[in-house]
Amino acid sequence: MRHIISVLVENKFGVLARVAGLFSGRGYNIDSLCVAPTDDPTVSRMTIVTAGDEKIIEQIEKQLNKLVDTIKVTDLTHTTHVERELLLIKVRHKGKRSEIIEIADIFRAKIIDVAKDCVTLEMTGNEEKLEGLIDLLKSFEIVELIRTGKVAITRAEKT
Amino acid sequence: MKQGAEILIDTLIEEGVDVIFGYQGGAVLPIFDLLYRTKELKVVLVRHEQAAAHAADGYARETGKVGVCLATSGPGATNLVTGIATAYMDSIPIVALTGQVPSTMIGNDAFQEADIVGITRPITKQNYLVKSVEDLGKIVKEAFYLARSGRPGPVLIDIPKDVSTGKCKSLRLGAVSIRSYNPTHKGHPLQIKKAAEAIAKAKRPVIYAGGGVILSNAADKLKELAEKTQIPVTNTLMGLGGFPGTHPLSLGMLGMHGTKYANFAISEADLLIAIGARFDDRITGKMDEFAKGATIIHIDIDPSEISKNIKCHIPIVGDVGQILEELNKIAEPPEISEWLSKIFAWKKGYPLTYKDDDQLRPQYVIEKIYELTNGEAIITTEVGQNQMWAAQYYKFDKPRRFLSSGGLGTMGYGFPAAIGAQVANPKATVFDIAGDGSIQMNIQELATCVQEKLPVKIAILNNQYLGMVRQWQELFYDKRYSHTDISVAPDFVKLAEAYGILGIRVEKKEEVTKAIKEAIAYKGPALLDFRIVREENVFPMVPAGAALTQMMDGIA
Repeated sequence: MRHIISVLVENKFGVLARVAGLFSGRGYNIDSLCVAPTDDPTVSRMTIVTAGDEKIIEQIEKQLNKLVDTIKVTDLTHTTHVERELLLIKVRHKGKRSEIIEIADIFRAKIIDVAKDCVTLEMTGNEEKLEGLIDLLKSFEIVELIRTGKVAITRAEKT
Repeated sequence: MKQGAEILIDTLIEEGVDVIFGYQGGAVLPIFDLLYRTKELKVVLVRHEQAAAHAADGYARETGKVGVCLATSGPGATNLVTGIATAYMDSIPIVALTGQVPSTMIGNDAFQEADIVGITRPITKQNYLVKSVEDLGKIVKEAFYLARSGRPGPVLIDIPKDVSTGKCKSLRLGAVSIRSYNPTHKGHPLQIKKAAEAIAKAKRPVIYAGGGVILSNAADKLKELAEKTQIPVTNTLMGLGGFPGTHPLSLGMLGMHGTKYANFAISEADLLIAIGARFDDRITGKMDEFAKGATIIHIDIDPSEISKNIKCHIPIVGDVGQILEELNKIAEPPEISEWLSKIFAWKKGYPLTYKDDDQLRPQYVIEKIYELTNGEAIITTEVGQNQMWAAQYYKFDKPRRFLSSGGLGTMGYGFPAAIGAQVANPKATVFDIAGDGSIQMNIQELATCVQEKLPVKIAILNNQYLGMVRQWQELFYDKRYSHTDISVAPDFVKLAEAYGILGIRVEKKEEVTKAIKEAIAYKGPALLDFRIVREENVFPMVPAGAALTQMMDGIA
């Protein structure tokens, strides 16, 4: 099963390598990995999407916790959370530019670059939304596609 | 203003270091230069950096203190790698110091440059590249704190040459505190209570104790628990000495080459109390069959060990010593007289045996070493048959007497580890039980023994084979002895003499006692070359992947 694990780590040299090495050394998968500093510049947030059975996920969490530079590990999978991913996609329009612009409008994607035969779109959303856009654009020619991998945050409690 | 090397050495002394096992080189010249003038720190000059790491490890296992090794950049640092991995697998606290090319040259493929921080990342608890001399003192203190606290392990510090020669204001450093690192020491009281309840109603309980008992200095508390509850104890290889081997409740070692009675007991147990042990595959055999009918209590300081290999029912995370202390307060003896009589019958019916004829057999050699050292020697081993025979036939009544590479299984470990142990304990009798294969992996250290006047005794169980692999070839590969015959070898006695130490060849059973006595009485290092029966096997043996009850036996 797919899990989305959020890890707070010390923002220090070598920490990313330790986390990545932990996954490769123990044969765990990384579907995507996102890293950047938090509001506290000494702390970084890693969002890791991984897959495995319950036993493997339990080990992943424990092994992450064991790293000296890990501050906190949270498995967001079973919490109420919001997931987002950024997509940049360059499409050859083959004379059908307006069709692409229409699709972009429907998905609330932004056009960030236009050239003679290409349009580049930017979109943020959850996985389904991104996949939906990509699917529709497949009928044109996708020149290049870049995804950032997921970031996620827990929802605040509603009172 | 203080120089980097000076800060390093001052901090080492502050951390209680009294000896460094090291080897010279370009990038560590400034450090060695200062050591030359430092009276408080002894330096043992090894002949290969691998030995420095193993000696630091042997020193740590023997004393419980942090062992320290020092090597230069590049090849010096990479030569430490096997020793660091060995310490990592067995959770041994060492601090490895390496020189590095000057900061400005890092990444330029400079002479003797290697990314040792990158190389050792998966085999260290933590490692550091020191980027400025101001950070050095703090990093060294942190390294020692991490190495010895929680689940201990090796920490490496890579020190560029400009850091050891650089200068900065000397800072007074307070106690180490790392916000992201807070190991649990105290066991959860509710879990301890659950464990006590499970013990009270157990019918067939067994304690399975590992190296964590020794690391936590908890041997006395384990003995108290066993005696109070009358629950028999089996030890892992790493745990030998954590419970007295001669105790009536001792079942000896379990697992692949464990005693039959230990493996029977595990297989029939209804309660397994795992203490500071990690359910390694050499212990469990076929995982699904291991202690199948038992409720499992697992006491360990590392949460990631809980239910890693075998599902555990009552986990207690924390320091073994502290948890046992609490458990001992509330544990009640269960009604298990029937179980005990069954166990004692097994012990009587299936003792460790070997063919006691007039040939020179390795088990006999170990028994004699045991007898003639009154069971008081510090024994180190190499890896393979020598290691298993030593574990089976030398009975360890006290912790920190048996030093062996359990997890990584490093040939060449025993001799340098013996050096480390002897440095820590100059008056003790230290024996390296070796094979003729393993001893050749670090035999250059004979010179270190001579230089440092270390009276280490080496007992080579010489069968002119890589014996354990040959045993597997005999049993599982139709006796195709592919590349295990090492009968082309030096004359070990002459080799000993070449280094200026005592060498004795023993070819007959009746010569064994005299030779061992002579080696022990001899003031300096001594090498005993026991020419044992070539094709002796280690039994009992659970084939890899089989259940513990499927033990092979060599005795018809």
